[in-house]
Amino acid sequence: MQIHISPNDGVPIYLQIVNQVKYLVGSGRLAPGEEVPPIRVLAEQLLVNPNTVARAYLELEKGGVVVKRHGSGTYVSDSGSPLARKERMKILTQRADALITEAHHLDVELQEVIQLLKQRHELINTSEK
Amino acid sequence: MKTPSASESSHPAIAIHSLTRRFGARPAVDDVSLTVQPGIVFGLVGENGAGKTTLIKHILGLFKAEVGSVRVFGLDPVKDPVGVLGRTGYLSENRDLPEWMRVEELLRYTQAFYPKWDCQFAERLRAQFNLDSAARIRNLSRGESAKLGLLLALAHRPELLLLDEPSSGLDPVVRRDILEAIIRTVAEEGRTVLFSSHLLEEVERISDQVAMMHQGKVVLCGPLDDIKQNHRRLTLHFETPLLQAPALRGALSIAGAGREWTVICDGARSELTAAALSLGARIVAEHTPSLDEIFVARVGKKTSTPAL
Repeated sequence: MQIHISPNDGVPIYLQIVNQVKYLVGSGRLAPGEEVPPIRVLAEQLLVNPNTVARAYLELEKGGVVVKRHGSGTYVSDSGSPLARKERMKILTQRADALITEAHHLDVELQEVIQLLKQRHELINTSEK
Repeated sequence: MKTPSASESSHPAIAIHSLTRRFGARPAVDDVSLTVQPGIVFGLVGENGAGKTTLIKHILGLFKAEVGSVRVFGLDPVKDPVGVLGRTGYLSENRDLPEWMRVEELLRYTQAFYPKWDCQFAERLRAQFNLDSAARIRNLSRGESAKLGLLLALAHRPELLLLDEPSSGLDPVVRRDILEAIIRTVAEEGRTVLFSSHLLEEVERISDQVAMMHQGKVVLCGPLDDIKQNHRRLTLHFETPLLQAPALRGALSIAGAGREWTVICDGARSELTAAALSLGARIVAEHTPSLDEIFVARVGKKTSTPAL
């Protein structure tokens, strides 16, 4: 599980962790049933306060993204997928908003942006195959 | 992590009440009160000369409280140095290690002062920090001295770790070692850490609570999340350029030129918005400022002291 934190982001660190774990689950990089690192390990890896990681895990647990199993650790919940769909759309909505705003500032019409997305999509898909 | 061990649950790790200390006419610490609960990382920030080191030396009992009081685990560090220092690890700002000793000699020497010294742990840290047992301390690099100082502070597994500018002047690799050690201290053992720093990004990463000192006073103190949530950075856009900064009630600092100005405010958002509107400005952006920005807004402009 790879997460990157930027303290100057303006988003509280615990929320950055929550968002990124949700994103990892949503995008399938963390599979249902997979174990996430213990609090102490993730805190050391990210160089953040363990209490912050604990708070993030609690939040993720409340949201049903992860489950704590007694004495053995924290795991991505099996029922991850229905929520994941919603999360995926939420993440994309943020990106879409940013893109639309940027396009507006740069004086690019929405139609051109959609056209660009299609072009990029084709390009990326062909280069992958 | 927030569950303190039974021995310390009845007292805060540190309790400072109305502490004032003068050197000559100038107060180095001016009516400071703060409480550090067990199990947290407490970040103390401020410019050089703000009073951070003086405060830490009071906690250690190196200075006696002339006005006000200092308690560590409920004990007076001046009257009960054994009770306090035996449970406290300290890394001083200028390290002051005996230069003529070898690393292993200093370890043996320091061990003698601490009944709870953990040899295995000390050896593990030494290996992890890549310190050569046979090296003379005078030949150590700055980073190695810092790591040795930290090892000495950690090896008796203190309940309270006091670090005075632990990472100042060090390269990112050594800084990472030091931050990891702080994190491990609170994570594994539920111990308390108080550290001073002017690297605010670092403070922001690892602190639960923060106190900002300026000219001997604590100007801001509280949980880091609260501090960040209460502050806002607003960008104002005026239709016509302004020749000088607009006067806005509720603003901690205003910077900018012409038609766009950035304001840092604290909780007075609605008041400030109304004031901005009445001057004909629009709010075009709003963010949570970094601790660095909050710090500069709080202490940067009001004095002749150059900004960091």
